[in-house]
Amino acid sequence: MEWDYYNFEALNIPKDHPARDMMATLWVDFETDVGDRPMLLRTHTSPMQIRVMEKTRPPIRVIVPGRVYRYEATDATHESMFYQVEGLAVDKNITLADLKGTLFEFARCLFGTERKARFRCDYFPFVEPGVEMAIDCLVCSGAGCRLCSGIGWIEILGAGMVHPEVLRRVGINPDTYTGFAFGMGVERVPMLRYGIDDIRLFYSNDLRFLSQF
Amino acid sequence: MKVSLKWLKEYVDIVLPPGELAKKLTMAGVEVKGIQIIGGAWTNVSIGEVVALDVHPNADRLKLVTVDLKSRRVTVVTGAPNLKIGDKVPFADVGAELIDGHTGETVKLKPAKIRGITSEGMVCSEKELGISDDHQGIMILPSEAPVGVPLAEYLGDVILDLDITPNRPDCLSVIGIAREIAALTEQALRVPEINYKELEKPVESFASVEIVEPALCPRYCASVITGVKIAPSPHWLQQRLMAYGMRPINNIVDITNYVMLEYGQPLHAFDYRKIAGERVVVRRAKDKEVLTTLDETERTLNSDMLVIADADRAVAIAGIMGGLDTEVTEATTAILVESANFDRAILRRGIAKLGLKSEASLRFEKGLSHELPLPALRRATQLILEIAGGQAAKGIWDAYPGKTERNPISLTISEVKRLLGMDIKLNSIIKTLNLLGFECQKPEVSERILVTVPYWRTDVCGSVDLVEEVSRVIGYDKIPTTMLAAPVPARRLTPEFTVREKLRNIMLSCGFQEVLTYSLTNLDLLKKLSPDQRLIGPQPLRIANPMTREQECLRTTLRANLLATLAFNQKYGTGAFRLFEIGKVFIPREGDLPEEKEELCAILNGERLGLFWRQQSGLMDFFDAKGIVEGLLCWIGNEIKFDIANDKSLHPSKRSDVLVGNVRVGIIGEVHPKVAEAFELSGTTYLIEIDLKQISSSTVSLKKYEPLPRFPSIIRDIALVIDEKVTYKQVRDAIQKFPLVSRLALFDLYRGEQIPRGKKSLAFRIVYQSQTKTLTDEQVAQVQKQILDALHHEFGAVLRK
Repeated sequence: MEWDYYNFEALNIPKDHPARDMMATLWVDFETDVGDRPMLLRTHTSPMQIRVMEKTRPPIRVIVPGRVYRYEATDATHESMFYQVEGLAVDKNITLADLKGTLFEFARCLFGTERKARFRCDYFPFVEPGVEMAIDCLVCSGAGCRLCSGIGWIEILGAGMVHPEVLRRVGINPDTYTGFAFGMGVERVPMLRYGIDDIRLFYSNDLRFLSQF
Repeated sequence: MKVSLKWLKEYVDIVLPPGELAKKLTMAGVEVKGIQIIGGAWTNVSIGEVVALDVHPNADRLKLVTVDLKSRRVTVVTGAPNLKIGDKVPFADVGAELIDGHTGETVKLKPAKIRGITSEGMVCSEKELGISDDHQGIMILPSEAPVGVPLAEYLGDVILDLDITPNRPDCLSVIGIAREIAALTEQALRVPEINYKELEKPVESFASVEIVEPALCPRYCASVITGVKIAPSPHWLQQRLMAYGMRPINNIVDITNYVMLEYGQPLHAFDYRKIAGERVVVRRAKDKEVLTTLDETERTLNSDMLVIADADRAVAIAGIMGGLDTEVTEATTAILVESANFDRAILRRGIAKLGLKSEASLRFEKGLSHELPLPALRRATQLILEIAGGQAAKGIWDAYPGKTERNPISLTISEVKRLLGMDIKLNSIIKTLNLLGFECQKPEVSERILVTVPYWRTDVCGSVDLVEEVSRVIGYDKIPTTMLAAPVPARRLTPEFTVREKLRNIMLSCGFQEVLTYSLTNLDLLKKLSPDQRLIGPQPLRIANPMTREQECLRTTLRANLLATLAFNQKYGTGAFRLFEIGKVFIPREGDLPEEKEELCAILNGERLGLFWRQQSGLMDFFDAKGIVEGLLCWIGNEIKFDIANDKSLHPSKRSDVLVGNVRVGIIGEVHPKVAEAFELSGTTYLIEIDLKQISSSTVSLKKYEPLPRFPSIIRDIALVIDEKVTYKQVRDAIQKFPLVSRLALFDLYRGEQIPRGKKSLAFRIVYQSQTKTLTDEQVAQVQKQILDALHHEFGAVLRK
């Protein structure tokens, strides 16, 4: 559970910001004296960046896996509860090149050394520059097939350099320190790796599925 | 958002094939989700003009149509009823691939003999060309369609389906995308030239504009045009709207929509004569104020919404939708065109409250530039004059309370390098920024530049945004990949992490299947945990906007979901079920986030070894659970004790608290039959629950070595007859008080013929041991007598005969 502040505001997503539409939120029935509803089920693991930075001074290197929740109708590719892994590194002299290197190495460890990675510009309010990493399709290696919807690339995660506003808010001077952050949906990995075609299998806990792994 | 390449070509030269262009845009942050090629299949189809129409000599219902294709004329047979001389139609030659009007299959056109007349080619309906399902008649092209030209050239197009991120409202426009393409392909951008004649009469004499709260409406521009003639829009305009997915209505409304798509600035046209008092007021709605919107729905507003009003009443919901009363109809002769900017926060709240969205609100809520209304309005005014006629009032009403200066942003090469980890030359940086419309100034010979942000880029506020602009255009693929250079900080595993993983591994080794269940559950399920179907434990936190009733509150225990999982799986399998979950439960706290308590919950049900050919292994029972708990905690270093427990979900005489030292760490027991029934479980189910927080430094301690005994021990077996109500624990504790008793084990419990009613027999093996000398039989006998005397004295126990 989290406060609106940690899930959105501190991550450079103020109230009434259109970026909030990117993640539909489940709100807790918890009213304050002023009628606010500030408690929610976190929509991503990124609030942990703030929690960590509030308690730790750089150098910081953390990995935070955890459950996240969305107001989402469930189907074969959407779940209302799933897992994400957040990564954060803050130090002097951390660059986008370091982010690329780290993520690329990660992709190769997870998906095989022949994997190619592609980084393109994307938008998240709490990083700038913002990045999306994709790997070449496991099945067709870029030619285009059903798994990758003909595109040849499969998105794996979002990342970027921590926005200076985010750093300032937790009392870290962005002129001295830089950092990178990334977040990825965990279920995607076994789905790609093992060819599991329905995300709901993970939490329906059918033993016929669980016992396969 | 869909953009037509043909339309884009008006503003920028497209020098790349669609696939490559899409890739370039995607990599730079404007994601192309899909490319749709219209007319890709129209080979051998060209535009022809009907020059002759005759009756088929052998068939009443058929006609012979002669089509002029500039270089030749062809006569073919057609059954269509709607042709006239002079019509421009699509003509397909033999070899063209068309869709069969009846079967829907793609067929290659062959010469055909129809009722004696050879037909080499045909005139086509929209369905045959794959444009729509219309097969009532031949597709009639606009009168200006060029004869002889391939249809693909005239009507064909490539539509890019774009996913625009919320920080780029400037890309919700054709010109915006054209700008991106111009920057990425280093081409020049062509912005429409605005030039139109104005009347003498100033716009201020036609209407007045008043903004009540400038914070909510930073700018309001209006132009007035009189003498307009309402009619359908020209074909090219309708086509562009339809390619985007908007429905043409009339020339005025279409132009406002067209300019919205073109510039990204929503506009609205009012019937000028319907604006009471010739006054336009931008104000909050009054509570309970009513307005009927263009979609003929009556809406009740509140004061947290913005409206456009005239002297009497609200005439539009600002930024979202216009009102029905003031809409432009065939009877309209004069219009007021609004081009404004509204506070996006109040707009988003209005959208949420009313459940109403529009193409306009989609753009406004992202935060548009305050500079945009003016050029868009002038463009619309020019188009209206060209297409609908009329005369424009002199000037534009421009209420601009929100005018602010945007300060230039300072950027240095070292900053770029610091963030990206790559050297980029100053000239490269300046060139890239210029391509995007950013003006750069180098004050003196230094590596610092002052960058002026163009008005349409509301998302660029600081130097990091400029770094992203530079790097995304140059291409992230040009940035090197390096590894973090600094040493990895010391890794400290928290004690909670260690305990959790240890317990998880032990459970797995005991043959349990781990499951992960939802954090959300529902009250009905939680109530099943009590024999009387009432909620046990704290009132769970509820979700204000649950997706379903099944997921209406946060779980306060793992038991409910686990038992439900067991029931679910019993439908598909038989044999042994050993499931566990380690997870968090949420205990509400006053004025704070809930306590996230980590628990382990395990359940056992079924045969110990499943179906085993060699022997019947028997059903798992309480002592299996007890053994597992002992295994779970054996590493703890403190004594594990079991004690009387109180837990409504468990069978009253088959449950035990688990203690380490004197701290209660969990519970084991048989699931209460009524609870098992409520969950529809078959067989008997046993449950283990451990509170991980209790397995902490206060309960875990380092084991201490005990030296092995140097002297032999003596073993004695005794059987005692005692009252039923005396517990094993009491007897055990009494015997263990004696220091020479080294170990004690119960090896039999007997009730039956040889024992009086109301009594039971407990048989113990006692190991007597001294640390200092070898015990003699007499010494042992003496101690044993003391023990028996004590037991007799306290419990009335006697030796069994």
